[in-house]
Amino acid sequence: MTTEAATIGLTHGGSEDTGLGHRGPESKSIVVPYGFWLFVLSDMVLFSALFATYATLAHATDGGPASNQLFDRNLVAIETMALLVSSFVCGLAIITAKRANMLWTQVWLLVTGLLGAVFLFIELYEFGKMIGEGAGPQRSAFLSSFFTLVGCHGAHVTAGLLWLGTMMAQIWAKGFQQHILRRLLCFSIFWHALDIIWVAIFTIVYLIGTLPA
Amino acid sequence: MTEDETDLIDVAPGAPHNNIMSEVTAYIIGLALALILTGVSFWVASTSVLWGPGVAVGLVVLAIAQMGVHLVFFLHITSGPDNTNNVLALAFGVLIVFLVMVGTIWIMAHMNANMGVSPELMNLQMQH
Repeated sequence: MTTEAATIGLTHGGSEDTGLGHRGPESKSIVVPYGFWLFVLSDMVLFSALFATYATLAHATDGGPASNQLFDRNLVAIETMALLVSSFVCGLAIITAKRANMLWTQVWLLVTGLLGAVFLFIELYEFGKMIGEGAGPQRSAFLSSFFTLVGCHGAHVTAGLLWLGTMMAQIWAKGFQQHILRRLLCFSIFWHALDIIWVAIFTIVYLIGTLPA
Repeated sequence: MTEDETDLIDVAPGAPHNNIMSEVTAYIIGLALALILTGVSFWVASTSVLWGPGVAVGLVVLAIAQMGVHLVFFLHITSGPDNTNNVLALAFGVLIVFLVMVGTIWIMAHMNANMGVSPELMNLQMQH
Protein backbone atom coordinates (compact mmCIF):
# COMPACT_ATOMS: atom_id res chain seq x y z
CA MET A 1 0.00 0.00 0.00
CA THR A 2 1.48 3.32 -0.99
CA THR A 3 1.13 6.32 1.28
CA GLU A 4 -0.41 8.33 -1.51
CA ALA A 5 -3.17 5.81 -2.09
CA ALA A 6 -3.94 5.84 1.62
CA THR A 7 -4.07 9.63 1.63
CA ILE A 8 -6.83 9.83 -0.93
CA GLY A 9 -8.64 6.92 0.63
CA LEU A 10 -8.15 4.16 -1.91
CA THR A 11 -6.84 1.75 0.69
CA HIS A 12 -7.06 1.42 4.42
CA GLY A 13 -4.14 0.25 6.47
CA GLY A 14 -3.83 -1.13 9.94
CA SER A 15 -7.19 -2.90 10.27
CA GLU A 16 -7.19 -6.58 11.14
CA ASP A 17 -10.96 -6.73 11.15
CA THR A 18 -12.56 -9.52 9.14
CA GLY A 19 -15.96 -7.83 8.96
CA LEU A 20 -17.61 -10.91 10.43
CA GLY A 21 -19.34 -9.17 13.28
CA HIS A 22 -17.37 -10.66 16.13
CA ARG A 23 -17.30 -7.27 17.83
CA GLY A 24 -21.06 -7.26 18.37
CA PRO A 25 -23.53 -4.76 16.92
CA GLU A 26 -22.14 -1.79 15.03
CA SER A 27 -22.73 1.77 16.20
CA LYS A 28 -25.69 3.74 14.88
CA SER A 29 -23.47 6.00 12.79
CA ILE A 30 -22.58 2.90 10.74
CA VAL A 31 -25.87 1.01 10.78
CA VAL A 32 -28.09 3.90 9.68
CA PRO A 33 -26.11 4.91 6.56
CA TYR A 34 -25.61 1.22 5.74
CA GLY A 35 -29.36 0.63 5.83
CA PHE A 36 -29.83 3.67 3.65
CA TRP A 37 -27.19 2.32 1.26
CA LEU A 38 -29.31 -0.83 0.93
CA PHE A 39 -32.34 1.33 0.10
CA VAL A 40 -30.35 3.25 -2.53
CA LEU A 41 -29.19 0.00 -4.12
CA SER A 42 -32.76 -1.29 -4.29
CA ASP A 43 -33.73 2.01 -5.86
CA MET A 44 -31.12 1.29 -8.53
CA VAL A 45 -32.77 -2.10 -9.09
CA LEU A 46 -36.04 -0.22 -9.66
CA PHE A 47 -34.32 2.01 -12.20
CA SER A 48 -32.79 -1.03 -13.93
CA ALA A 49 -36.32 -2.24 -14.70
CA LEU A 50 -37.18 1.16 -16.18
CA PHE A 51 -33.96 1.12 -18.23
CA ALA A 52 -34.79 -2.37 -19.50
CA THR A 53 -38.26 -1.15 -20.49
CA TYR A 54 -36.80 1.85 -22.27
CA ALA A 55 -34.23 -0.26 -24.13
CA THR A 56 -36.98 -2.61 -25.28
CA LEU A 57 -39.32 0.15 -26.46
CA ALA A 58 -36.81 2.73 -27.72
CA HIS A 59 -37.65 2.05 -31.38
CA ALA A 60 -41.42 1.58 -30.92
CA THR A 61 -42.19 5.08 -32.12
CA ASP A 62 -45.52 4.31 -33.83
CA GLY A 63 -44.65 6.73 -36.65
CA GLY A 64 -44.13 9.54 -34.13
CA PRO A 65 -40.92 11.42 -33.37
CA ALA A 66 -37.83 9.27 -32.75
CA SER A 67 -35.16 9.94 -30.16
CA ASN A 68 -32.70 11.59 -32.54
CA GLN A 69 -35.32 14.16 -33.59
CA LEU A 70 -36.27 15.18 -30.06
CA PHE A 71 -33.28 15.68 -27.83
CA ASP A 72 -31.00 18.70 -27.57
CA ARG A 73 -27.50 17.63 -26.53
CA ASN A 74 -26.49 21.13 -25.41
CA LEU A 75 -29.29 21.22 -22.83
CA VAL A 76 -28.33 17.73 -21.66
CA ALA A 77 -24.70 18.84 -21.28
CA ILE A 78 -25.79 21.73 -19.03
CA GLU A 79 -28.04 19.40 -16.99
CA THR A 80 -25.15 16.96 -16.61
CA MET A 81 -22.74 19.67 -15.45
CA ALA A 82 -25.28 21.05 -12.98
CA LEU A 83 -25.92 17.66 -11.39
CA LEU A 84 -22.25 16.65 -11.31
CA VAL A 85 -21.08 19.88 -9.67
CA SER A 86 -24.07 19.67 -7.30
CA SER A 87 -22.92 16.20 -6.25
CA PHE A 88 -19.37 17.51 -5.70
CA VAL A 89 -20.53 20.49 -3.64
CA CYS A 90 -22.71 18.16 -1.55
CA GLY A 91 -19.49 16.34 -0.62
CA LEU A 92 -17.95 19.65 0.47
CA ALA A 93 -21.03 20.25 2.66
CA ILE A 94 -20.46 16.90 4.39
CA ILE A 95 -16.81 17.82 5.05
CA THR A 96 -17.73 21.17 6.61
CA ALA A 97 -20.66 19.65 8.54
CA LYS A 98 -18.29 17.13 10.10
CA ARG A 99 -16.36 20.10 11.48
CA ALA A 100 -19.57 21.82 12.64
CA ASN A 101 -18.99 24.87 10.46
CA MET A 102 -22.50 26.35 10.23
CA LEU A 103 -21.86 29.08 7.66
CA TRP A 104 -20.03 26.98 5.07
CA THR A 105 -22.29 23.96 5.54
CA GLN A 106 -25.32 26.11 4.79
CA VAL A 107 -23.55 27.80 1.84
CA TRP A 108 -22.52 24.48 0.27
CA LEU A 109 -25.96 22.98 0.84
CA LEU A 110 -27.56 26.04 -0.73
CA VAL A 111 -25.28 25.73 -3.79
CA THR A 112 -26.12 22.00 -3.96
CA GLY A 113 -29.81 22.84 -3.96
CA LEU A 114 -29.54 25.66 -6.49
CA LEU A 115 -27.64 23.45 -8.95
CA GLY A 116 -30.24 20.72 -8.40
CA ALA A 117 -32.95 23.29 -9.13
CA VAL A 118 -31.17 24.32 -12.35
CA PHE A 119 -31.15 20.67 -13.40
CA LEU A 120 -34.83 20.25 -12.58
CA PHE A 121 -35.81 23.49 -14.32
CA ILE A 122 -34.08 22.44 -17.56
CA GLU A 123 -35.70 19.01 -17.38
CA LEU A 124 -39.18 20.49 -16.91
CA TYR A 125 -38.52 22.93 -19.77
CA GLU A 126 -37.58 19.99 -22.00
CA PHE A 127 -40.68 18.01 -20.96
CA GLY A 128 -42.93 21.03 -21.55
CA LYS A 129 -41.42 21.65 -24.97
CA MET A 130 -41.83 18.00 -25.99
CA ILE A 131 -45.44 17.84 -24.82
CA GLY A 132 -46.14 21.13 -26.63
CA GLU A 133 -44.82 19.61 -29.85
CA GLY A 134 -47.19 16.65 -29.50
CA ALA A 135 -44.44 14.34 -28.22
CA GLY A 136 -46.06 13.65 -24.86
CA PRO A 137 -46.12 10.31 -23.04
CA GLN A 138 -49.32 9.21 -24.86
CA ARG A 139 -47.77 9.51 -28.30
CA SER A 140 -45.88 6.20 -28.48
CA ALA A 141 -44.48 3.39 -26.37
CA PHE A 142 -41.04 4.96 -26.80
CA LEU A 143 -42.24 8.25 -25.33
CA SER A 144 -44.16 6.53 -22.50
CA SER A 145 -41.02 4.72 -21.43
CA PHE A 146 -38.93 7.87 -21.86
CA PHE A 147 -41.17 9.96 -19.61
CA THR A 148 -41.39 7.15 -17.04
CA LEU A 149 -37.62 6.69 -16.83
CA VAL A 150 -36.49 10.31 -16.95
CA GLY A 151 -39.53 11.50 -15.00
CA CYS A 152 -38.83 8.99 -12.23
CA HIS A 153 -35.31 10.38 -11.94
CA GLY A 154 -36.71 13.91 -11.93
CA ALA A 155 -39.15 12.94 -9.17
CA HIS A 156 -36.21 11.65 -7.13
CA VAL A 157 -34.38 14.95 -7.63
CA THR A 158 -37.51 16.84 -6.52
CA ALA A 159 -37.76 14.69 -3.39
CA GLY A 160 -34.03 15.26 -2.82
CA LEU A 161 -34.49 19.03 -2.99
CA LEU A 162 -37.30 18.88 -0.41
CA TRP A 163 -35.09 16.71 1.81
CA LEU A 164 -32.20 19.15 1.32
CA GLY A 165 -34.33 22.09 2.42
CA THR A 166 -35.45 20.13 5.47
CA MET A 167 -31.85 19.30 6.36
CA MET A 168 -30.78 22.96 6.06
CA ALA A 169 -33.59 23.94 8.43
CA GLN A 170 -32.77 21.12 10.87
CA ILE A 171 -29.07 21.97 10.95
CA TRP A 172 -29.97 25.60 11.50
CA ALA A 173 -32.46 24.87 14.28
CA LYS A 174 -30.87 21.89 16.02
CA GLY A 175 -27.18 22.22 15.28
CA PHE A 176 -24.72 19.47 14.42
CA GLN A 177 -26.07 16.69 16.62
CA GLN A 178 -25.22 13.08 15.83
CA HIS A 179 -28.66 12.17 14.52
CA ILE A 180 -28.79 15.28 12.31
CA LEU A 181 -25.38 14.44 10.86
CA ARG A 182 -26.56 10.88 10.16
CA ARG A 183 -29.53 12.24 8.22
CA LEU A 184 -27.24 14.59 6.30
CA LEU A 185 -24.93 11.70 5.40
CA CYS A 186 -27.94 9.69 4.17
CA PHE A 187 -28.98 12.67 2.07
CA SER A 188 -25.51 12.83 0.51
CA ILE A 189 -25.65 9.10 -0.35
CA PHE A 190 -29.04 9.71 -2.01
CA TRP A 191 -27.73 12.73 -3.94
CA HIS A 192 -24.58 10.96 -5.19
CA ALA A 193 -26.70 7.95 -6.22
CA LEU A 194 -28.99 10.19 -8.29
CA ASP A 195 -25.95 11.45 -10.15
CA ILE A 196 -24.86 7.86 -10.84
CA ILE A 197 -28.29 7.11 -12.30
CA TRP A 198 -28.11 10.29 -14.38
CA VAL A 199 -24.82 9.04 -15.91
CA ALA A 200 -26.71 6.01 -17.19
CA ILE A 201 -29.60 8.19 -18.43
CA PHE A 202 -27.52 10.70 -20.37
CA THR A 203 -25.49 7.89 -21.92
CA ILE A 204 -28.30 5.51 -22.87
CA VAL A 205 -31.16 7.90 -23.54
CA TYR A 206 -29.57 11.11 -24.74
CA LEU A 207 -26.18 10.18 -26.28
CA ILE A 208 -26.83 6.72 -27.73
CA GLY A 209 -30.37 7.86 -28.61
CA THR A 210 -29.06 10.73 -30.73
CA LEU A 211 -26.29 8.89 -32.58
CA PRO A 212 -26.63 9.24 -36.33
CA ALA A 213 -28.56 6.20 -37.52
CA MET B 1 -17.75 12.31 14.62
CA THR B 2 -17.46 12.11 18.36
CA GLU B 3 -19.02 8.69 18.58
CA ASP B 4 -15.91 6.76 19.65
CA GLU B 5 -14.25 7.25 16.34
CA THR B 6 -11.24 5.15 17.27
CA ASP B 7 -13.48 2.15 17.82
CA LEU B 8 -15.15 2.36 14.44
CA ILE B 9 -13.59 -0.22 12.21
CA ASP B 10 -16.36 -0.35 9.65
CA VAL B 11 -17.15 2.82 7.73
CA ALA B 12 -20.49 3.97 6.42
CA PRO B 13 -20.91 4.50 2.69
CA GLY B 14 -20.42 8.15 1.77
CA ALA B 15 -18.59 8.96 5.01
CA PRO B 16 -15.58 11.15 4.18
CA HIS B 17 -12.09 10.28 5.33
CA ASN B 18 -10.60 11.82 8.40
CA ASN B 19 -8.11 14.39 7.22
CA ILE B 20 -9.55 17.53 5.60
CA MET B 21 -6.92 17.69 2.86
CA SER B 22 -7.35 14.07 1.81
CA GLU B 23 -11.15 14.47 1.97
CA VAL B 24 -11.13 17.46 -0.33
CA THR B 25 -8.48 15.86 -2.56
CA ALA B 26 -10.64 12.77 -3.06
CA TYR B 27 -13.63 14.87 -4.12
CA ILE B 28 -11.54 17.05 -6.45
CA ILE B 29 -9.93 14.02 -8.11
CA GLY B 30 -13.38 12.48 -8.46
CA LEU B 31 -14.81 15.66 -9.98
CA ALA B 32 -11.88 15.95 -12.41
CA LEU B 33 -12.18 12.33 -13.54
CA ALA B 34 -15.95 12.59 -13.89
CA LEU B 35 -15.60 15.79 -15.94
CA ILE B 36 -13.03 14.14 -18.23
CA LEU B 37 -15.20 11.03 -18.71
CA THR B 38 -18.32 13.13 -19.36
CA GLY B 39 -16.41 15.29 -21.84
CA VAL B 40 -15.06 12.26 -23.65
CA SER B 41 -18.58 10.75 -23.79
CA PHE B 42 -20.04 13.85 -25.41
CA TRP B 43 -17.07 14.07 -27.80
CA VAL B 44 -17.33 10.39 -28.77
CA ALA B 45 -21.04 10.84 -29.46
CA SER B 46 -20.52 13.90 -31.68
CA THR B 47 -17.40 13.05 -33.67
CA SER B 48 -17.38 11.21 -36.95
CA VAL B 49 -13.73 10.18 -36.58
CA LEU B 50 -14.55 6.93 -34.78
CA TRP B 51 -15.93 3.72 -36.24
CA GLY B 52 -19.71 4.16 -36.11
CA PRO B 53 -20.89 0.75 -34.86
CA GLY B 54 -18.40 0.84 -31.97
CA VAL B 55 -19.53 4.19 -30.60
CA ALA B 56 -22.49 2.88 -28.56
CA VAL B 57 -20.33 0.22 -26.88
CA GLY B 58 -17.65 2.82 -26.16
CA LEU B 59 -20.24 5.11 -24.56
CA VAL B 60 -21.48 2.30 -22.30
CA VAL B 61 -17.91 1.56 -21.22
CA LEU B 62 -17.30 5.25 -20.47
CA ALA B 63 -20.54 5.40 -18.44
CA ILE B 64 -19.60 2.36 -16.37
CA ALA B 65 -16.17 3.90 -15.75
CA GLN B 66 -17.78 7.13 -14.59
CA MET B 67 -20.13 5.26 -12.25
CA GLY B 68 -17.03 3.62 -10.78
CA VAL B 69 -15.43 7.03 -10.27
CA HIS B 70 -18.54 8.26 -8.46
CA LEU B 71 -18.65 5.17 -6.25
CA VAL B 72 -14.98 5.41 -5.25
CA PHE B 73 -14.46 9.15 -4.90
CA PHE B 74 -17.92 10.42 -3.87
CA LEU B 75 -19.44 7.44 -2.05
CA HIS B 76 -16.04 6.21 -0.81
CA ILE B 77 -16.67 2.58 -1.62
CA THR B 78 -13.20 1.05 -1.40
CA SER B 79 -11.59 -2.37 -1.30
CA GLY B 80 -10.52 -1.88 2.31
CA PRO B 81 -11.55 -4.33 5.05
CA ASP B 82 -13.71 -1.65 6.69
CA ASN B 83 -15.81 -1.55 3.53
CA THR B 84 -16.61 -5.26 3.20
CA ASN B 85 -20.31 -4.91 3.93
CA ASN B 86 -20.76 -1.92 1.64
CA VAL B 87 -19.01 -3.72 -1.21
CA LEU B 88 -21.01 -6.94 -0.72
CA ALA B 89 -24.29 -5.01 -0.83
CA LEU B 90 -23.10 -3.18 -3.94
CA ALA B 91 -22.08 -6.44 -5.59
CA PHE B 92 -25.54 -7.90 -4.97
CA GLY B 93 -27.17 -4.75 -6.35
CA VAL B 94 -24.99 -4.85 -9.46
CA LEU B 95 -25.86 -8.54 -9.97
CA ILE B 96 -29.61 -7.86 -9.88
CA VAL B 97 -29.31 -4.79 -12.10
CA PHE B 98 -27.25 -6.80 -14.60
CA LEU B 99 -29.73 -9.71 -14.61
CA VAL B 100 -32.77 -7.46 -15.05
CA MET B 101 -31.29 -5.36 -17.84
CA VAL B 102 -29.35 -7.94 -19.84
CA GLY B 103 -32.05 -10.59 -19.32
CA THR B 104 -34.81 -8.29 -20.53
CA ILE B 105 -32.91 -6.96 -23.52
CA TRP B 106 -31.75 -10.43 -24.53
CA ILE B 107 -35.17 -12.07 -24.26
CA MET B 108 -37.06 -9.24 -25.93
CA ALA B 109 -34.58 -9.05 -28.83
CA HIS B 110 -34.91 -12.80 -29.44
CA MET B 111 -38.69 -12.67 -29.21
CA ASN B 112 -38.80 -9.90 -31.78
CA ALA B 113 -36.41 -11.81 -34.03
CA ASN B 114 -38.18 -15.17 -33.72
CA MET B 115 -41.81 -14.12 -33.92
CA GLY B 116 -41.59 -13.79 -37.70
CA VAL B 117 -43.37 -10.48 -37.60
CA SER B 118 -42.26 -7.68 -39.87
CA PRO B 119 -40.61 -4.74 -38.09
CA GLU B 120 -43.50 -2.42 -39.00
CA LEU B 121 -46.09 -4.75 -37.50
CA MET B 122 -43.95 -5.27 -34.40
CA ASN B 123 -43.73 -1.52 -34.02
CA LEU B 124 -47.53 -1.38 -34.20
CA GLN B 125 -47.95 -4.13 -31.61
CA MET B 126 -45.57 -2.50 -29.18
CA GLN B 127 -47.21 0.89 -29.22
CA HIS B 128 -49.69 -0.07 -26.50
